[in-house]
Amino acid sequence: MVQKDYTLRELMAVVAAKQLVDGKSVAVGTGLPLVAAMFAQKTHAPNLVIFFEAGGIAPQLPTLPISVGDSRTIHKALCTTTLIDIMDSMRRGFIDYAFLGGAQIDKYGNLNSTMIGDNYEYPKVRFPGSGGANDFGSLAWETLIIMDRHSPRRFVEKVDFITTPGYLYGIGAREEEGLSPGTGPSKVITDLCLFDFAPETKIMRLKAIHPGIKVEDVKRATGFEFIIPDNIETTTPPTEEDLIILHEVIDPEGRIFPK
Amino acid sequence: MEMKILKEGTGEIFCKNTPTEMRNWTRVNKTRALVDKRMRIKDAVKKFIKDGDYLAIGGFGHIRIPMAIIYEIVRQRVKNLSVAGHTAVQDIDVLMAGGCVSSVDIAYVVGFELRGLSGVQRRLFESGQVKKTEYTNGAMSYRVRAGAQGIPFIPVKVMLGTDTMMHSPGKVVQCPFTGEKVLLLPALNPDVCIIHAHRADMYGNVQIDGHIVKDDLQARASKRVIVTCEELVSDEIIRSDPGKTVIPFYMVDAVIEQPWGSHPGNMPYKYYFDHEFTEDYLTAGRDKDLEAIDYWLEKWVYSLNDYDEYLTKLGAKRLYNLRDLEFLRAPVR
Repeated sequence: MVQKDYTLRELMAVVAAKQLVDGKSVAVGTGLPLVAAMFAQKTHAPNLVIFFEAGGIAPQLPTLPISVGDSRTIHKALCTTTLIDIMDSMRRGFIDYAFLGGAQIDKYGNLNSTMIGDNYEYPKVRFPGSGGANDFGSLAWETLIIMDRHSPRRFVEKVDFITTPGYLYGIGAREEEGLSPGTGPSKVITDLCLFDFAPETKIMRLKAIHPGIKVEDVKRATGFEFIIPDNIETTTPPTEEDLIILHEVIDPEGRIFPK
Repeated sequence: MEMKILKEGTGEIFCKNTPTEMRNWTRVNKTRALVDKRMRIKDAVKKFIKDGDYLAIGGFGHIRIPMAIIYEIVRQRVKNLSVAGHTAVQDIDVLMAGGCVSSVDIAYVVGFELRGLSGVQRRLFESGQVKKTEYTNGAMSYRVRAGAQGIPFIPVKVMLGTDTMMHSPGKVVQCPFTGEKVLLLPALNPDVCIIHAHRADMYGNVQIDGHIVKDDLQARASKRVIVTCEELVSDEIIRSDPGKTVIPFYMVDAVIEQPWGSHPGNMPYKYYFDHEFTEDYLTAGRDKDLEAIDYWLEKWVYSLNDYDEYLTKLGAKRLYNLRDLEFLRAPVR
């Protein structure tokens, strides 16, 4: 049953969750990425293995953690280890997906979570920096990106700082710089649409739009030219049951989806 | 095959210790004997932390952090510390609010994860008052692994192609065996490492329950190691399950029993975050009027003699509630 009364953030979480295949492994940060992973686990992907960079492996998450290192991330886990052990597992090829966000993104999926401004020494806004994001974006097989507040300020021609590599400057660039072949961002989930990347150029391509959104809306909200194919799908909105899982099971305190 | 530098970053190296110097220093300065290392936090900070030192902090920024030591560093007004921002949150924020820090190796700073950005750190980094070099969490761990191993640098497969790399001291070279491009990063051997653990004996054998994050490597790489623990146990307990010792005694210089030592941070299997305390702290730090954060420091650090007074001020009820939160149970008190 389709429920009309949902927010775009809820829709994003559900669309993001559907990108995760059962039986694969994912490294996540807090916020929407973690909501998506938890939602996937509670619906179509019960055998999804969740990794946290602080050292938690395969926990049974009771509620949404505040930090990627807090007690919830090791609740009934199968293994607790070190940060370097998580990065080593990722480098060795055990981790399928990394789930990331950022302040800015460009058409190649490069992410900025370091600073806004053009002077590194005196930034207009200083953000946290890479944390584990650059490690994840360099080492995981596939990077999934979640960006809410889709606007020209966030979807820019050139990011102020490349914190985490997407396809850098185009096809072959990751390999040229020394990153492993067969890696990179695969999807970008926003509050307007879902992008993938054109295989021949590694430029962002519109794959699907959310119900009620027009291609023009996406164009207006995006500060670079993306590829518009002939066939564009429409995403499936969350059902009433989906919303119950999001609100009552995953985020009862309303940290991600305020009540 | 000659190792040519193909690309290099401009980031400054804040920690100057080299593995060979460390080895020589260790030979002369670190005891291998089983001796009682208990002392007061006040004395440990005075004895082992000097102005200008490079400091590595255990835990994960607001999880299992050595807050009793952090507050004491602020109270003793230690200056010009360089800090490993290897996910640094509440720990580094209090040090920076107290004016103790002059440079930071940044992997993750400024943010309090889901709680948003810190006003204190934004002010100090955006104005250029505190110097910075960029890394990643993985990169900082690789650097301490090299430091622990006693090698001067380590090849890694992260940061390549990004501005993060260009603002680090990293150098890209071709592997002399395979020809593959790798990034070389300098080893990190901090002057002091401070850790909060679940238990230790008086000799400094340390056990941590749950994830270890990077404490094992940082203890192995650092000159001096100060450990606070929730519980001081007999060495019989350590000897009954030695596989649980993540840091052996000979690395450790000081041991202090300090229950609730991670407050307001989370201590896995012991107590959860004190949300309200951290939110109040963040509000003070975000106030444009700098007196707000100074008032906070006066109230919770300078006006108190030690961590015992801090815990008394917090009160038993508040602390016990954090245990209920940790174990996901309704408070009954």
